[in-house]
Amino acid sequence: MKTELICSGFGGQGALTIGKFLAKAGMQEGQNVSWLPSYGPEMRGGTANVSTVISDKPIASPLVTHPDILVALNQPSVDKFGPEIKPGGLMIANTDMCPHKLERDDIDVIYAPMSTIAKEIGSLMVLNMVAIGVVIGRTGLVKYETIEADLSTFLKKKNPDLLEGNLKAIKKGIEIGKNN
Amino acid sequence: MGEKVLMKGNEAVAEAAIRAGCRHYFAYPITPQSELIEYMSRMMPKAGGTFLQAESELAAVNMVYGAAGCGKRAMTSSSSPGISLKMEGISYMAGAELPAVVVNVQRGGPGLGDIQPSQGDYFQATKGGGHGDYKLIVLAPNSVQEFADMADLAFELADKYRNPVMILSDGLLGQMMEPVEFKPHKTEKEMEQLDKQHFDWCMHHNQDEPNHHHHEVNSLEIDPKVLEKHVIKLGEKYEKIKANEVRYEEYKVTDDCEYLIVAFGTAARIAKSAIDELNEEGVKIGLIRPITVWPYPYEAIAKALTPSVKKILVTELNLGQMIEDVKLAVEGKVPVEFLGKVGGILFTPQEIKDKIKGMQGETCK
Repeated sequence: MKTELICSGFGGQGALTIGKFLAKAGMQEGQNVSWLPSYGPEMRGGTANVSTVISDKPIASPLVTHPDILVALNQPSVDKFGPEIKPGGLMIANTDMCPHKLERDDIDVIYAPMSTIAKEIGSLMVLNMVAIGVVIGRTGLVKYETIEADLSTFLKKKNPDLLEGNLKAIKKGIEIGKNN
Repeated sequence: MGEKVLMKGNEAVAEAAIRAGCRHYFAYPITPQSELIEYMSRMMPKAGGTFLQAESELAAVNMVYGAAGCGKRAMTSSSSPGISLKMEGISYMAGAELPAVVVNVQRGGPGLGDIQPSQGDYFQATKGGGHGDYKLIVLAPNSVQEFADMADLAFELADKYRNPVMILSDGLLGQMMEPVEFKPHKTEKEMEQLDKQHFDWCMHHNQDEPNHHHHEVNSLEIDPKVLEKHVIKLGEKYEKIKANEVRYEEYKVTDDCEYLIVAFGTAARIAKSAIDELNEEGVKIGLIRPITVWPYPYEAIAKALTPSVKKILVTELNLGQMIEDVKLAVEGKVPVEFLGKVGGILFTPQEIKDKIKGMQGETCK
């Protein structure tokens, strides 16, 4: 089983980190993973995006052109990568920053006001954690426990409050992923 | 081997170099290689080594010359335009027979080009680049793990042959994160042995040596008779490297393959995806991936050329450079076609598939 994702948003929204946490969790669960960021001038005002592949077989090309899952945190991400999603694939979009919906009926779509949810939890910084939650709630791509353990190791000492907010955000995301 | 960690290629090769006993690193920042120098600036001092951000690429490569001349494991790294600046020093090191490692995280060229992945420096790395009759051993990784493993291999080969070794990577492998496992650090005893391995020729404070001879590290031989001998000796060394150090990977190559792809580095990685899908569709196709692009695996390509092979496709992220070596290996026996991308653009597996389908169509006519 091979899952190809593109996570995309404005620079600073944490799109690259979504891919990183999913890839790291995949690796810790014994899968093959790759994480290939876009880098360069397009990060400014456009889309900072990352190709992430999680697979039980060795990964040949790490470049994702037609994702199984698109996590779109802003409108340019929906416009750029939405049409490329594989038929039967999944798009998760942040409605707070994606006013225009994608005109496709051959994919599964979850729209959620992720920025608002993050602010309610306490910080816009946990926006990407909400998105991670939605992905794993809908698809079971990696286990919540793996990410919780990973986050705990490096946040517990540094910033326990932030850890709590992050975990809350992931759980909220999982709820949305399961119920929408 | 330890635990798997998720790391960028640029960071992984830096960590692996430190573990391989590199204690002298000199460089100048450039995208898409800068994570390497950043990692070294943090970790090299912790390992008790010397990290120095030089005032220019030229200065950095000549600092490597100095450290290697003292018999130390020394390394520099850059991306394409910076590597061009280092070429003079690389030729000097080859002339003075100094072991050193140079990492090139290639980006689009010519000139300043852009900062996206490219393989445009193949000719520069394998055919010269600097002046004079010399060869670099050139290693081309296709994954973060292989990129890291090559740090150790590069130093081994550099020390074994007293020759500069280049790791020819690119922006994709430098920027990408993949799981990587590292070899353990060299032990104190191993470090001591490394330190002394070149004492018969290098610069060192050899008060304790009973038969201390005059050592000279130099690439200037003003007497033509002496230079002639020296260059002939270099040539003999290169022949030995050709005989012993060719490395390549065969991917899904079988006796009844009808098509072969030859590609290295990132291009090979993308070709593997295309080959997997083509095999599923019933196309008999495999890949030969040179791991050393110098010395080049000519014989491996010639050997894979069974009577069933109809055509060969070379895919590169340039206008067609390695294709010349493939044609030397094929000796006109079958047509050799080319698919390239330039400007830092990557091809997709689908584009390779389409190219192969096109070649099939022509063959059927």
